[in-house]
Amino acid sequence: MNDETNDGRMSIIVRTIATMMLPFILIFSFYVIMHGHLTPGGGFQGGAIAASAIVMMIAAYGHKMMEKRISEDGLSMVESVGATIFAVVAFIGVIMAASFMYNFLVGTPLFGETPPFGSNPGILNSGGVLPILNIAVGMKVIGGLAAVVLIMALAGDEEGDKK
Amino acid sequence: MKAKAIIFVVFTAFIIYAAIKVHPFGELQESKMDDYIITHAQNETAANNVVTSVVFDYRGYDTLGEATVLFAAIGGALITLRKEEEK
Amino acid sequence: MIWNVPFITVALLIAIGLYAVMFKRNLIKIAIGITIIESGVNLFLITLGYRKGGVAPIYTNLPSGVKVPEGMVLPVPQALTLTSIVIGVAVLALMLSFIMKMYQHNKSLDSHSRRLKG
Repeated sequence: MNDETNDGRMSIIVRTIATMMLPFILIFSFYVIMHGHLTPGGGFQGGAIAASAIVMMIAAYGHKMMEKRISEDGLSMVESVGATIFAVVAFIGVIMAASFMYNFLVGTPLFGETPPFGSNPGILNSGGVLPILNIAVGMKVIGGLAAVVLIMALAGDEEGDKK
Repeated sequence: MKAKAIIFVVFTAFIIYAAIKVHPFGELQESKMDDYIITHAQNETAANNVVTSVVFDYRGYDTLGEATVLFAAIGGALITLRKEEEK
Repeated sequence: MIWNVPFITVALLIAIGLYAVMFKRNLIKIAIGITIIESGVNLFLITLGYRKGGVAPIYTNLPSGVKVPEGMVLPVPQALTLTSIVIGVAVLALMLSFIMKMYQHNKSLDSHSRRLKG
């Protein structure tokens, strides 16, 4: 009895463990993205962690079943929305008669407290424009890497069917 | 021996000699720009992480160019591997 | 005690990657060689910015007794290395999609077998 049936699913132990581990990996990746201005991390690193969680689900359930839940059109739209938010936030600085990508949120109550000089436990409310840019870059990396892996799995399967 | 092997051996010898003769590991010569960035990053960008404030605030234009390269490369990979519709 | 060992590692990585690109015929091995060269260049960028006895340039819960500009490593080479790693991933994705298309068309992975005639 082999483990893989015709559409690439793995055995029931692998599928159960993958479903149990998925929420923890996603929460850890959102923690790394949101605390990018206090601890090491940021947009690119957290996006790579979330994309590897989606790739784990593709490997456990087979690409034909994941195509019905997460089509590659949805992932492409997530990537495009992230790129648009990045460009719009960068252009607001030009409209306000300052330089390109000007940090205009320092001092306002949205993300604007200035931390004291020297060693301190971090304040989440600080950072200016930086948390918004971190979220935009994280969406872009998640959408891009997951879409590439999904379309490579689909293209490799169609060539094996033709024999 | 062929010409390819001679070129490869000469290049490897040159690059190992350059790695030995470069400045000693851990002693810098000039570091004025980075000293200014470390002492003034908390005042001007209001973030504790100096590397993130360099990536997104002091050198934000390079991050915009890198996001564009990522977008173009993934778009090219998606176009190459699309399925043709059967008529 | 360290005596330039990181720089010699960089030189060896670039030499191994160049050997794989110049002397191998399989297309996947050439792609692996390009990735090894790119890893060597990223390591070189980081080891240029090291200060002896320095800590990471982050102010959250800094250990006591660290002088502020002289006790931290330089932050700018780390930012440039982050950009370079992401660009390497994008180039590898594009190369692998081209190799898959060539395999579907020619049925072989040899770079010397069939030239691109009509």
